[in-house]
Amino acid sequence: MKVSESWLREHVEVEAATEELIEQLTMAGLEVDAVEPAAANFSGVLVGEITSAEKHPDADKLKVCTVQGANNEAFNVVCGAPNARVGLKVPFATVGATLPGDFTIKKAKLRGVESFGMLCSASELGLSDDSDGLFELPTSAETGANVRDYLQLDDNLIEVDLTPNRGDCLSIIGLTREIAVLNNTTSTWTRIEALPTNIADEVKDTFKVSLTAGSACPRYAGRVVRGINPSAETPLWMQEKLRRSGIRSIHPVVDITNFVMLELGQPLHGFDLAKLNTAIEVRYARGDESITLLDGAELKLDTETLIIADSQQALAIAGIMGGQHSGVSDDTVDIFFESAHFNPLTIAGKARQYGLHTDSSHRFERGVDPELPMIALERATQLLQEIAGGKAGPALCTELADELPPRLNVTLRAAQIKRLLKLEIASDRILTILNSLGLQLLNTAGEAGDETWHFQIPSWRFDLSIEADLIEEIARIYGYNKLPKSQLTLAPEIKASAPNPLNPIKATLVNRGYQEAITYSFIAPQLQQLLNPGQEAVAITNPISADMAVMRTSLWPGLLSALQYNVNRQQSRVRLFETGLRFASQAAGEQWPTVAGVITGKRSSENWNNTTEDVDFYDIKGDVEALLAAIGLADKVEHIAGNLDALHPGQTLEIKFNQEKTIGYIGKLNPVIQKTLDLDQPVFLFELYLEHLPANLVDQLSQISRFPEVRRDIAVVVDQQVSVSDLTAIVRANSGEYLTQLKVFDVYQGKGVEKHSKSIGLGLTFQNKSRTLSDNEVNTAEETVIRALEDRFGASLRR
Amino acid sequence: MTKLETLIEQAQTAVTAAKDITELEAIRVAYLGKKGELTGLLKGLGKLSAEERPAAGAQINLAKEQVQLQLEQRKQTLEAAGLAEQLLAERIDVTLPGRNSDIGGLHLITQTLERIEQFFTRAGYEVAEGPEIEDDYHNFEALNIPAHHPARAMHDTFYVDATHVLRTHTSPVQVRTMETQTPPIRIICPGRVYRCDSDLTHTPMFHQVEGLVVDTDVSFADLKGTVDQFLKAFFEDDLPVRFRPSYFPFTEPSAEVDIQCTHCAGKGCRICKNTGWLEVMGCGMVHPRVFEHCKIDTDNYSGFAFGMGVERLAMLRHGVNDLRMFFDNDLRFLRQF
Repeated sequence: MKVSESWLREHVEVEAATEELIEQLTMAGLEVDAVEPAAANFSGVLVGEITSAEKHPDADKLKVCTVQGANNEAFNVVCGAPNARVGLKVPFATVGATLPGDFTIKKAKLRGVESFGMLCSASELGLSDDSDGLFELPTSAETGANVRDYLQLDDNLIEVDLTPNRGDCLSIIGLTREIAVLNNTTSTWTRIEALPTNIADEVKDTFKVSLTAGSACPRYAGRVVRGINPSAETPLWMQEKLRRSGIRSIHPVVDITNFVMLELGQPLHGFDLAKLNTAIEVRYARGDESITLLDGAELKLDTETLIIADSQQALAIAGIMGGQHSGVSDDTVDIFFESAHFNPLTIAGKARQYGLHTDSSHRFERGVDPELPMIALERATQLLQEIAGGKAGPALCTELADELPPRLNVTLRAAQIKRLLKLEIASDRILTILNSLGLQLLNTAGEAGDETWHFQIPSWRFDLSIEADLIEEIARIYGYNKLPKSQLTLAPEIKASAPNPLNPIKATLVNRGYQEAITYSFIAPQLQQLLNPGQEAVAITNPISADMAVMRTSLWPGLLSALQYNVNRQQSRVRLFETGLRFASQAAGEQWPTVAGVITGKRSSENWNNTTEDVDFYDIKGDVEALLAAIGLADKVEHIAGNLDALHPGQTLEIKFNQEKTIGYIGKLNPVIQKTLDLDQPVFLFELYLEHLPANLVDQLSQISRFPEVRRDIAVVVDQQVSVSDLTAIVRANSGEYLTQLKVFDVYQGKGVEKHSKSIGLGLTFQNKSRTLSDNEVNTAEETVIRALEDRFGASLRR
Repeated sequence: MTKLETLIEQAQTAVTAAKDITELEAIRVAYLGKKGELTGLLKGLGKLSAEERPAAGAQINLAKEQVQLQLEQRKQTLEAAGLAEQLLAERIDVTLPGRNSDIGGLHLITQTLERIEQFFTRAGYEVAEGPEIEDDYHNFEALNIPAHHPARAMHDTFYVDATHVLRTHTSPVQVRTMETQTPPIRIICPGRVYRCDSDLTHTPMFHQVEGLVVDTDVSFADLKGTVDQFLKAFFEDDLPVRFRPSYFPFTEPSAEVDIQCTHCAGKGCRICKNTGWLEVMGCGMVHPRVFEHCKIDTDNYSGFAFGMGVERLAMLRHGVNDLRMFFDNDLRFLRQF
C-alpha cells in the first residue's frame, strides 16, 4: 500500500523523522519497500491568475496572457493550452524557475511576442501523466503563493509491503495506530467513535436491505442521499490524497468512497438510487445470472459468488466490484451508499477466480473490521455533503446478529513467553504492549511472573487467535533485534547411514571432464515425445510457457537443449551431466532420482599433442563403467545390446542389474532425432535410473593368492554378429573354478579373417588360492573353453 | 726410456685420445687385458732371475695401477660428458601444457548447496528429501495454508491436477518428516522448488534449503543464534544480521532475516535498494497448527524452521548478477566456479 507521509502525520504526532519512521515500520513487520517524493523537484512555480487572454497576433493556437503573480506583479506569458482563460488560477513557472528534468525557464520570444515564464499542466510539474491543458487550481488559491506549499508537495510516498495477515493496516487509521504504539503515543483515530454520528435525517427515505447469505454478510449499513449537485467536483485536497495513494480521481461519489476506504479501511460503494429496483438483497448468485462490471467486463456468476442484487438483477459482486448499470454517473442526483461487512472466507479466492483484483477485494479477503460499516458510512456522508451537498436519509444498519464474527478471547501464559522467547519481561510491560494494540485484558490468574491472562482481541485484528500470535505481538513491539540469542545445545544422535551414491557418481563424472548442468524440470511436450515417444508425461495445468509444459520423463531433453545452446555458441566439445528427478507420475513414489550425461565433439580438448578424433560410443561407455566402478557395480551389471527410441538402434546398450532391472542406457543419439534437433555432430548419451541401485553395498575382502597366476591368450574367429558379452559369458561358464580374470585384448576384422567374421583376442588368467596350478589343469580348462566356443558360436581358433 | 716407460706413455696418450667408452675399453684390453702389453710384461718376468723378479714385478704392477687409474679417470670424464650430452638431448619444453588435464565441475548451485549442507550436518542436522510434485495437503493444508488463503497468492503455484502441485517450497519435506519421526528432529531439506513467475529476478524453478528443529523447549533465541551463526559462517564475515517481524502461515512468530549489504557494507547501493540491508532468509517458530497436523504435542515440544534461497546466497557470495545464468547452462559460465 502506498501512503502519503503527511497524511499519516495528520493523524499521529511523532517526532521521528522520515527515515526513522520508515525504520520503525519495517522493524515492526510493516516492511517499507520504497520511499519517493510526492512530487518531482521543481522550484519557482507560483499560483498565477490569468487576468487577460488575447489571441496571439501571428499564431492561431497561441494566446498571449497577462498573468498576475506575486506582489500583484503582472507578466506577459504566451501559452498554447486550450483551457487558458481569464480568471483561471494555474501553476505559473516564473523566469528562473526550474521544472522537473532540470528544465530552467527563461525569458523567450514566441512568434515575436515576449513571454516571461510558463503556465504549467499537471504533467509538466511531474504530478500526473495527464497533459491535457493547464492544471486548474481552485479559485480560492492565493495568487502569488508558492505552488509547492499550496499543494503541500513536500511530502513522501511510503510504499508499505504488507503481509497478508495485516489487513488492519491497509488504511491510514491502521498504520497510524501502529505508529502510535511504536512511539508510545496515541493517534487521532485510536478513538474512532469520535467521528460524526449525528448527521440529521433530512429526508425520510430508506432503501430496504435484506441479508439472506448468513455469515457471508452479517452487517450492511446503507443510506439514501438525495439531491446531490451533479456538477460538483472533487476538491483538490482530496484529489491530491488519492493521487498520492495511487488512485485516480473519477467522480466525487467514487472519490469519496475511495477516500474513506483509504482513511478507515472500509470499502464502500455508491449506487445511483434511480437505477435500483424495490430492495437490496445480499445473496449468492443463482445459476443463470451474469453481470456487467464497472470496467465493462461481462461475467457469468457461479452459485458460490456473493452478490448485491435488487429485485431485478445482480448489482455488484459483493466486496469485489460494482456493476455498470447501477454505478454513479455525471447525471446522478440521488445515491445509495453501501458500507457492509463481508466474511473474508466468502470473498477469498473469488476475485482471483474471476481474474479481478480490486482495492476492495484485497481488503475484504484479509478481513475488514466489522465495527467499521456505520462509522465509515457517516464519514462518507459527511464528506459527500461537504462536497456535493444533498440531503441524507437515516443511516440504516441491517444485521444478522448471530452471524457476526465473534470477538475472540485468547489466553496468554507468562511462562510461555519465557519458554518460547527466553525473554525476561515484566508483566507490566506485556500488558502495556497488548493494551496499546487494542487488546482488552479480561482477567488475570496466577502468581506474579507466572500469570495466565485472558484478552479480548480487537475487532480489526483477524490475525490474532492463539497464544503464539500474542507472543509474536510482544516480540514485535519489544523489538526482534533486542530479543536474546542462544546456541542450541542438543547432542545429535549417531545414526547408521548409507553413503549417498550421488557423491562418487558426481566426483567420477567431474574427474572425467563432465560439467554439471541444472536444467528445468519442465520441458517442451514435443521434445518429451521426440525422446520418449509413447510415454505419457505429467502435464502442468498452468505452464509458464508452451515449451515448459510437461514434467520431464528423462533428463535427456534438458541436457540436449543445454548441449545445443553451447554448440550454438562455438563450444563444439561438450560434456554435460545432470542429476535430479524424472517424473513417471504425480505419485510421490514415482518421481525417481536419475543421473544422465551427454557428450559430443573431440575426444580431448584441443591440445598440441592430443588426438583430434571425435568421441564415439566407447568413450561414453568408459565413463559409465568408471562411474559404475565408483559405486561398486562394475562387475555386477549385465551389458545387453538394447533398444530405445531415442538411441541409434545399432549403438544402444541396456544395463541390467540383478537380471531383471534395467538400470540404464548408453548410446548414440538416434540420427533422425539428431537431425530434428539440428545438431551437426553425433551425440552420445547415458542415463542411469538410481532408484534401482542396491542399497549400500559393503565391499567384502576376497583373499589374495600367494601362488603364481597363469595367463593364456586365445584368439577366436566368430561371426561378426556375436557379441563379446555372449562370448565372455560362455568363457566364464566353461573355464573352471580357477579363472580369475578375463580380458578382451584385441578385436580384429580385415586381412586374414573371413568376411562377416571377426577375431576376438581373449586373455584368460588362472590362479588357485592355495597351490600352484599344474600345466595340465590350465590346458584342460583352455581346451574346454575352446570347445565350448566352437559348439556355441562355431568359433575357430586363429593361429 | 725403458720399455715400460714407453708403454706407460703410449697408454697415457691413447687414454687421453679415447673419444668414448668403447675406445677406452679397447685400450684397457690392449694394455691390461689377458693378452695386453702390460700383462705380457708380467708374463715375461719368468725369464728374469729370482733376485730381479720382485723389483721388476713391482714396477710393472705400479705401471698397471697407473694406467688403470688413468683409464678410470678418463672413463669418468667421458661418462660425465656423455650424460651431459644425453641430458641436453633429452631437454624438452616443460612449459608446454600437459596431457588430458580436462576436468569438469559441479554447478555453482550444487556447490553452494553442498556448502550449506556441510555447515548443518556438522552441527548434527540430517538431510531430508521429498517429492517435487506434491499433494495439496503437504504443500499447503498441513502448513496452515487452507484453500483460498491470501497467502496462496504469495506462491504462484504450478498445478498438475486438482490436488497436485509442483512444490512451492521444501516445507512439505518438513511435514513428511514430522509425520514419520518423533522428536528430537533436526533436519535440513534442500531441493528444487517451483513458482509460476518469470522475470529478471525470478525463474520458474529455483532451489531452497529449509531447516527444522523440534525438541523440548526450542526457543526463538535458539533460532536467532542458529541463523546468525550460519550466515556469518556462510559469508565468512562477521556481518551484521537483523531480524524483522514477518508473516508465514506455518510459523508464529515469524521473521525475515536481513544481512548488511555485502556489496556496499551497509552504505546503501543499487543492490540493496539503498536500504543497506539484503533480505536472505525467512524463519520462525513452528506454528502450533502445523504441529497439530503432524500430531506433535505442543505442550512438550516446540520448534523452529528457516528457509533460504540458494540462488540468492550464491549470487551474493560469487557476484553473479543475473539469476537466469544459473539455468542457461552456458559452459563459459559453468566453468568459472
